[in-house]
Amino acid sequence: MIKFIRITKAGFLNFKRSGTLSTAGVLMMIITLSVIASIILLQAALNFSLNQIKDKVDVTIYFNAGSPEDKILSIKDSLLALPEVQSVAYTSADEALAEFRARHVGDYATIAALNEVNLNPLGAYLDVKAKDLPQYESIAKLLSSGNFLSSDSSSIIDKINYNDNKSIIDKLNSIIGGAERLGLLITLILIIISIIITFNTIRLAIFTSREEIGVMRLVGANNLTIRGPFMVEGIIYGLLSTILTLAIFFPITGWLGANMTGFLGLNLNDYYTANFFQILVILLLSGAALGIISSFLATRKYLKK
Amino acid sequence: MIYLNNVSKVYDSDSVALDNISLSVTAGEFVSIVGHSGAGKTTLVKMILAEEAPTSGEVFFESVNVHKLRGGELSRLRRRIGTVFQDFKLLPNKTAYENIAFAMEAAGKSNEEIASDVPHVLELVGLSQKASRFPRQLSGGEQQRLAIARAIINQPELIIADEPTGNLDPVNTYEVVEILKKINDLGTTVILATHNKGVVDAIGKRIITLDKGKLARDESKEGKRML
Repeated sequence: MIKFIRITKAGFLNFKRSGTLSTAGVLMMIITLSVIASIILLQAALNFSLNQIKDKVDVTIYFNAGSPEDKILSIKDSLLALPEVQSVAYTSADEALAEFRARHVGDYATIAALNEVNLNPLGAYLDVKAKDLPQYESIAKLLSSGNFLSSDSSSIIDKINYNDNKSIIDKLNSIIGGAERLGLLITLILIIISIIITFNTIRLAIFTSREEIGVMRLVGANNLTIRGPFMVEGIIYGLLSTILTLAIFFPITGWLGANMTGFLGLNLNDYYTANFFQILVILLLSGAALGIISSFLATRKYLKK
Repeated sequence: MIYLNNVSKVYDSDSVALDNISLSVTAGEFVSIVGHSGAGKTTLVKMILAEEAPTSGEVFFESVNVHKLRGGELSRLRRRIGTVFQDFKLLPNKTAYENIAFAMEAAGKSNEEIASDVPHVLELVGLSQKASRFPRQLSGGEQQRLAIARAIINQPELIIADEPTGNLDPVNTYEVVEILKKINDLGTTVILATHNKGVVDAIGKRIITLDKGKLARDESKEGKRML
């Protein structure tokens, strides 16, 4: 315990006394943590946009006009039982007509024609949303295969619009997959670069202390006594950098929230405050781990023998 | 106490730092190792401290071969030896007080022992008023006295001083030599490596002369032992 207290105290003193080097170390780590925080926010914006696009895709099953509602609702229930299906929305024939009228409210010719018929020419329809994009194909196949629906039920289906949307869905699927992979790759590269930079800064700070380490060894200090304070310093780097990075991101996300919400589709300021605790934990763990591991590896070189 | 058995150190074929040296130092002795720059004095000191390994031969501290020691054992051995160097080797980011306290902490001493012993030893070397100064704020002589204070704080069995007066003026040199003599009088073995003939003469004890890595002479004040 006394050793722990001494090591912690020495770490704090070293940090305080090597002012310029400590500042450089903290600045470098702020850059690394800022990269990580930016990536968290970018991923959030990207995922939000992708989800919105995904949300626009669905498969619609159109029923013949005058199809009995109970049959349609039983098809809806069967669809909901499928594991791939996220939701099914039912629009009755009357609602479809009302929607149609609302959409063509300025189109007098069409409305006049509709009034002339005096009958609802539109059928009811079901909007099916899958949990994931590639699942639309299997749902559509299942519906058209005839195995899923009885012949009685399938006779009331006018058409399923999957094939109309197929090429768009496929394209979207590949774009979204590509965007996610590219995002991950850029994330990895940026994080690795920042880690290397921080590691080198800490290594440089310890390099300047290599003679000191030699003296400590000569005095008979064991490895823990020598290495401990450097690792405590690493933790201090992580703590301070986390606090400063979190503080810096308040005005940044504030500005982004006020000015870029339209472009990004997501208010980053709201996202940042809503997920503040998670981001804090991620940055704190990254910073502390980076500090400890860098110090550990950098001192190892001078403690061999 | 210290036994060197046919110790050689070869850096590369045309650079032989130590050439087949055998000698022993008994407890309580004051041994001066003299020789020109490059004679092998510092290498010899480093061998005893296990800072460098010999190319061949063995170095014993009592019955222990110091080059067979690992990690923790080596740290424990070094706590039994106090070291003083020409360049002081103080910890620059620690105050005079903390430099000495660190050696005690390394030896596992309690806070109470540190609080009572450090002021005492600082007084002994005349640095009581400068306990909170950093090494850079001390003169050369003061830094060396601080290094000696650190070397003796754990009451080591052996003090090794490598050119301790190399960077000092005559007054400070005299002071350092007097302190080393006093330490020896109290029973601690002292090995002093120096090229300063005047220092060796002032001490007047056993002198080992190295020349180009070879043991050229081993003489004590009782009589010369030519090799």
